[in-house]
Amino acid sequence: MNIVVVIKQTFDTEAKIVLKDGQIDPSGVSLVINPYDEFAIEEALRIQKKFGGEVTVVSCGGPRSQEAIRTALAMGCDKGVQIDETALESVDEYVRAEVLAKAISEMPYDIILGGRIAVDDRSSQVAVRLAEALNIPSVSSVVKLDIENNIATATREIDGGTEIIEVPLPAMITAQKGLNEPRYPTMPGIMKARKKELKVINPADLGVSDLSAKMKVQNYSLPTPRQGGKKIEGEPAEAARELARLLREEAKVL
Amino acid sequence: MSKGIWIVVEQRNAQIRKVSLELLSQARLIANETGDPLVAVVLGQNIQDLAQEVASYGADKVILVDNEKLAEYTTGAYTSVLNKLIRKKEPNAVLIGNTAMGKDLAPRLAQRLGVGLASDCTGMEKDDANFLTFKRPIYGGKAFAQVATDSKPVMATIRPNTFPIAAPDTAHQAEVVTEAAEIDQDDLRAILKEVIIAASERPELTEAEIIVSGGRAMKGPENFPMLEALADVVGGAVGASRAAVDAGWIDQEFQVGQTGKTVSPVLYIACGISGAIQHLAGMSSSKVIVAINKDPEANIFNVADYGIVGDIFEIVPLLTEEIKKLVS
Ligand SMILES: Cc1cc2nc3c(=O)[nH]c(=O)nc-3n(C[C@H](O)[C@H](O)[C@H](O)COP(=O)(O)OP(=O)(O)OC[C@H]3O[C@@H](n4cnc5c(N)ncnc54)[C@H](O)[C@@H]3O)c2cc1C
Ligand SMILES: Nc1ncnc2c1ncn2[C@@H]1O[C@H](COP(=O)(O)O)[C@@H](O)[C@H]1O
Repeated sequence: MNIVVVIKQTFDTEAKIVLKDGQIDPSGVSLVINPYDEFAIEEALRIQKKFGGEVTVVSCGGPRSQEAIRTALAMGCDKGVQIDETALESVDEYVRAEVLAKAISEMPYDIILGGRIAVDDRSSQVAVRLAEALNIPSVSSVVKLDIENNIATATREIDGGTEIIEVPLPAMITAQKGLNEPRYPTMPGIMKARKKELKVINPADLGVSDLSAKMKVQNYSLPTPRQGGKKIEGEPAEAARELARLLREEAKVL
Repeated sequence: MSKGIWIVVEQRNAQIRKVSLELLSQARLIANETGDPLVAVVLGQNIQDLAQEVASYGADKVILVDNEKLAEYTTGAYTSVLNKLIRKKEPNAVLIGNTAMGKDLAPRLAQRLGVGLASDCTGMEKDDANFLTFKRPIYGGKAFAQVATDSKPVMATIRPNTFPIAAPDTAHQAEVVTEAAEIDQDDLRAILKEVIIAASERPELTEAEIIVSGGRAMKGPENFPMLEALADVVGGAVGASRAAVDAGWIDQEFQVGQTGKTVSPVLYIACGISGAIQHLAGMSSSKVIVAINKDPEANIFNVADYGIVGDIFEIVPLLTEEIKKLVS
């Protein structure tokens, strides 16, 4: 089974967001693998354990994204590919999906795994767009996956329930929390990862250097911080009564 | 002649999802400004009766695609049908709710059309240069991006509970057209085997107007009925922090936060939740936040509009009683 995992490097979830010259300032922020992509990596390794084959991890990003790829290799993936997006003029979900599709279409793959959403741009687009660009079916937000005879049976989370979908491989699966418990890289894993292949691809080599983003960011802003409001004092019974009253009369939400 | 603003109406068993009515209501205001007809596109089976309902929320035109292959949402069939319709009629904008369906459908459709997509927007306005411009929370609500696209149609998914629903006008009539479902064979590769909807009297978490959430302080699953009782008095839903979910006290589907649901209720009541940044990521766009926590230093108080420092096991039942008195 040839397995491809697409991962994105994101800000650590605790990171404070600072604007500098109107842009989001990445300096000093620690970067991690997008938490949902960790589920995808874990699932890839479990599929590999069952069916054999190779796990290739692919990420589109700047030079620092190699750290994320190395971490995935330390978890047990076999090969890494970084598509250097600094060479592109502008990127959005469309451009990333096109570039990833070009790179992946040149590799053998039976299944592609990714995350349900990247926690930085919060788009929930790239993985599904990638499936469309490769003309393969996809199941998003998957919490359970079984593969047999080249057919994947995926349980997908929907609003208020779940769906069970059967899809022939090759297919794209996006991971939701609950799919598995991602492993941590081990010391021997980290040592081994240093020697694993990490190929860097320039988008120009894929013949897609002329792509430009469809979405334009007009500006970034920070939310006006929420203010801590009224702390209601008093005996529990009194406080509860006062809270109910305020919710009805002042906030008008009851 | 302007080509219209399309709302892809989401329905389940011929019940229209709330977010679709929110979109119709808000897009009506924008259509008045741009002069575009507001078009409701309804896909499903046995959905003719929905035409009048969407008309009463302001649609000028209703496109119905009624087919057994569309009875349940599937990525392939819905993408096929909408792609063909959009190419044929070339609307200016296509708006979809940011639901489980919208999140799955919109990116695939946008890619097939070769256009941009603004996801999970919490603001939408007319824009002279780009037709529409959208505000979207990023980094778990720690920043906003204002985005636009010069590709057509302009596509966006909008977060549920962002816009108010206008009062329906049952006298408002729309032109109703029925279109055939053209579905490519390739789009039928994935097969929907089963839909399992948990039977619940409570509203679905992402569309609930009021959410009562419990955290680690809940101590065990046996205490969640206490939150359910409060939720039921106000017609709300129950949510939870990751700590409560990971402890196995409540299902993952109820988790609010960065690795759970993003919610935007009118009222969010956090019971014994410390207010970690990853929890706030899922609920900070709530209109009013209430915190009940015994630690006066808990971070949740920094974002709460109202707070009580106290024991949830004491306060929540009292609050339930007080609200019951008020609303009855
Ligand atoms: C990558 C990542 C993703 C994450 N995603 C999420 C997510 O999606 N959602 C999420 O919620 N968390 C998420 N977390 C976890 C998050 O960091 C916190 O650990 C979690 O939110 C804590 O849950 P809690 O507030 O219930 O528990 P705690 O932080 O333990 O807080 C419990 C609170 O209850 C109070 N308390 C205790 N007893 C009582 C009582 N009897 N009465 C009143 N108050 C009482 C305490 O004072 C305390 O403030 C994520 C973390 C990471 C690293
Ligand atoms: N730059 C990227 N490189 C590789 N995969 C990506 C990239 N961006 C997004 N993805 C994948 O697409 C998923 C959804 O991302 P997004 O559309 O940005 O929310 C992620 O969880 C990844 O699996």
